[in-house]
Amino acid sequence: MAIAERQVTPPAGDNSWHGIVLQTLKRNEISLVPYVPDRVLTPLIKNLHTDPFFTTFATAREEEAVGIVSGAWMGGRRGAVLMQTSGFATLANVLASLAVPYQIPLIMFVSERGTLGEFNYGQSLVCRTMRPVLDSLALEHHTITRLDELEFIADRSIKQAVTTQAPVALILNPLLTGGKVFDK
Amino acid sequence: MDNRNTKVMNRFDVTSRLIGKLRHEEAIIGGIGNTNFDLWAAGHRPQNFYMLGSMGLAFPIALGVALAQPDRRVFALEGDGSLLMQLGVLSTIATLKPKNLIMIVMDNGIYQITGAQPTPAASVADIVAIAAGSGLAKSAWAADEEDFERLVEVAMSAAEPSLIAVRIDDKPGVGATRRDPVQIRERFMQGLGVRDQL
Repeated sequence: MAIAERQVTPPAGDNSWHGIVLQTLKRNEISLVPYVPDRVLTPLIKNLHTDPFFTTFATAREEEAVGIVSGAWMGGRRGAVLMQTSGFATLANVLASLAVPYQIPLIMFVSERGTLGEFNYGQSLVCRTMRPVLDSLALEHHTITRLDELEFIADRSIKQAVTTQAPVALILNPLLTGGKVFDK
Repeated sequence: MDNRNTKVMNRFDVTSRLIGKLRHEEAIIGGIGNTNFDLWAAGHRPQNFYMLGSMGLAFPIALGVALAQPDRRVFALEGDGSLLMQLGVLSTIATLKPKNLIMIVMDNGIYQITGAQPTPAASVADIVAIAAGSGLAKSAWAADEEDFERLVEVAMSAAEPSLIAVRIDDKPGVGATRRDPVQIRERFMQGLGVRDQL
């Protein structure tokens, strides 16, 4: 059975990666969480839907979700976008023409595919475009590999994004999440 | 499409008519290019947000504002070419059903600002039919200026999101927005009561 599937429906206050992400979002008053789904993100998405604190829903494209949380932030409500590596690859235009120039604290969680056991060549190629795009705009980003570092990195990065009014990408590495492997 | 029984109107005139109807500090998101140029030209309001890029995101941005401030009416002005880039958002909005969101599509069938090339939809697709098919039941063509004003009034007291499509001419925008994204965003947030002036 898939690792991601075994992680569905954890107990509240659990110490799983997705439990920590959910609690960190809540503690930072991030209540609007649009996403384009990803298998690894499934337990997080499921628990966000279950928790009435969150308004969470699927969008057709990642840039649509970026537009939504950007509008919400200007209206006084905090949001974050969940996506996969290939989804991030569609965002260069909206990052360069909305989030960065308008100084919007866009918070992105990216489930990283394309490395550490990837079975789809296209995924491994698109993954290589992610960090160069982030670096080309000098955007803050962290690759999270360890459970014991997750809360610190996520909590501090969210606070930094909000106070400096700058986007941040938190890349959830397979070392943290288990990733997706060929038999899934 | 050419066979619609609707008058060809003017973007600036229609935008000015919309502004004239507002009484409650309603928010307006102006899509890229001529759409926000005419919003700017119609007279700056603190509740106006002008897009200087991210083509197609007027409706998603407006949806975000609407979700953040459910007691404020939020308008989004978008061109037909822009909307074609982001048709999926119509279904997202139909699913979430924010009752305070009103979408206006300025449809001239061309990318006016880049040289008036026809859009791929120009001679074959119907924006209102697309919206209705995406789940937005309150979608309508404005027959003329009076009908547009009537549809805006109906939308402002509706209990679900509305989309109003307007056939417009091929004229460029009347003004040009001051391209200062940080000021645009900051003043918009002040206009929405989210922030005080420094």
